[in-house]
Amino acid sequence: MKKLVAALAVAVLTTALTACGSDGEGGGGAPPRSRSLTVLAAASLTESFTVLEKSFEAANEGVDVKISFGGSAALAQQIINGSEVDVFASADEKNMAKVTAESLIDGEPEIFATNKLMIAVPPDNPAGIASFADLARPGVTVVVCAPQVPCGSAAEKVEQATGVTLAPASEEQDVKAVLTKVQAGEADAGLVYVTDVNSAADKVKGVEFPEADKAINSYPIAVVKDAPQADLAREFVKLVRGEEGKGELTKVGFTVP
Amino acid sequence: MRSARQARSGGTGTSVPVLLWIPAVVALALVVLPIVGLLTRTRLAEFPSLVTSESALAALDLSVRTAVASTVLCLVLGGPLAVVLARARIPGIRLLRAVVLLPLVLPPVVGGLALLYLLGRNGFAGKTIDTIFDVRIPFTTVAVVIAQTFVAMPFLVVALEGALRTAGERYEVVAATLGARPWTVFRRVTVPLVLPALGSGLVLSFARALGEFGATITFAGSLQGVTRTLPLEVYTLGETDVDGAVALSLVLVIVAVVVIAVARPRAVEGRL
Repeated sequence: MKKLVAALAVAVLTTALTACGSDGEGGGGAPPRSRSLTVLAAASLTESFTVLEKSFEAANEGVDVKISFGGSAALAQQIINGSEVDVFASADEKNMAKVTAESLIDGEPEIFATNKLMIAVPPDNPAGIASFADLARPGVTVVVCAPQVPCGSAAEKVEQATGVTLAPASEEQDVKAVLTKVQAGEADAGLVYVTDVNSAADKVKGVEFPEADKAINSYPIAVVKDAPQADLAREFVKLVRGEEGKGELTKVGFTVP
Repeated sequence: MRSARQARSGGTGTSVPVLLWIPAVVALALVVLPIVGLLTRTRLAEFPSLVTSESALAALDLSVRTAVASTVLCLVLGGPLAVVLARARIPGIRLLRAVVLLPLVLPPVVGGLALLYLLGRNGFAGKTIDTIFDVRIPFTTVAVVIAQTFVAMPFLVVALEGALRTAGERYEVVAATLGARPWTVFRRVTVPLVLPALGSGLVLSFARALGEFGATITFAGSLQGVTRTLPLEVYTLGETDVDGAVALSLVLVIVAVVVIAVARPRAVEGRL
C-alpha cells in the first residue's frame, strides 16, 4: 500500500514537472536558427503549392519552405492548438473563420482560388453517368464526402439547388477517399473537385455538370498572427496571389479571382 | 524477513523488486495521462447531450455489434488456427506463423486496400461473389466485420499460440496414451490449459476491433448506421465539432474499460 502511494506520488510529480517544462517552452518563443517558412495548406493544393515552394526557395536564397498538406479542419486545429505556423491556406472559409475567431490571423484572409465539384467516374464509366441527375438512378453506387467536410457540404448545396436527392453508399472523410473508391471501381461515381479529377487524370474520368456552379468553394489564404517569419510569409502570399501563383493554380483546375 | 515482505505486498507470491516500480509507473503514466488530457478537454455539462445524439447512438450500437461479431469470428477461426500453428507438424509452419502476424505490422489503411482488392467489385474474389451470388461486400456492415476481424485476429492467435507452446504437449500425450481420442484431448485437456490466454486474447481482439479505423474506412466506407462505427464517427465529428469528438472518444474509452474490467479478471483466472 505504501509503495502504491509512493508510486502515485512519483506519477503526480512527473506530471507536474512535464507540465512546467511545456509551459516554459510555449512562452519562450526562441528565435529559429535558420530561415524556414512553415506553410499549412489544404490537401487539394499539393500539386500547385509544391511548384510554388520550389520557385519561392529559388527566389529567396537560404529560405527553406516547409509545407504541411492536410485536411483544412485538422490544419486549423493545429494552429489553434499552438503550432508555430507562418501561412495558412484553407480549402474553405469556414475553417479559416475558426482560426480568425481565435484572433490568430494577421490582417484579413484573402480569397486566392475557387474550386467546384465534378463527377468522377471510372475510366470506362460503367454506369454511363452523364449528368448530376444520373447519380440518383437506382443501382448506381455513389460515394460523396461527409457533410461535415467542405466537399460534402458543397454536394449538399447542389442537392438542395437541383432537388435531386442522392442515396450515397458512403460518406467519406475527404475527396481523396472518394477518389480511391472510384479508382478501385467500387463506386460508379463520386463527387469530388475539378482539381482532384485533374490530379488523377489517368485513373478517373471527369463529368462536368452545370449545377456545380451552385456550390463554388473559396480558398482563403492568410498570414498567421505572430508568425516567426512574418515578412517571408507576406512574400509567399504575394507569390500565390501573383501571376505565377495564378498560373500554377489554373493549371491544376482552380479558377482564380 | 522474507515473509514480512510478502505480507506487506499483499501476501501473494514474491514481492515486486523496487527497481521495477519506476519504469512501471512511467508506463502507467504514458497510458493514463493522455486519457486525463482527454478528460480535461471534455465539457462535462454538455457530455450527456453530445453522446446521446442520434448519430452517436447509431455509431455506438454499430460498434458494439460489429466488435462482438468480429470477436466471435476471431474465436471461431483464429482459435483453431492457433492450435494448428502450435501443434501441427507441417513444412513451412514457421513462415505461416510470420504471415499470420502481417495485419499487425500492416498500416490498417493498407489492410483495407488489400481487402478492397480482394473482395471489392473488381477484386478477384469479390468479382466471383458478385457474379455468382449478386452480392457486393464493400459499403456493408459485413465489410466492417471483415475489416475488424482482419486486424484483430492476430492478437488472439498470438496469445493462444504462445500459451499452447508454453503449456507443451505433456498432458495431451498422457491423455492420448490413456486412450482419449484427439477431439476429447482437445476438449478436456488443451482448452482448459489455455483458457486464461484465450480469455485475454479475446479481450485484446475485442478492444482492437472496437478501435478499428483505417481498414474500416478504406474497405467499408462510412455511412451512419451501416458502416460508421464509433471511431469513424469521432473522426467525422472532429471535422466540425471537436468537443463532440472528444466526448465521443471518451465513450469509446468507457466501453473498452468496462469490457476489459468485466472480462479480464475472469479470463486471467481461467473462468471465462
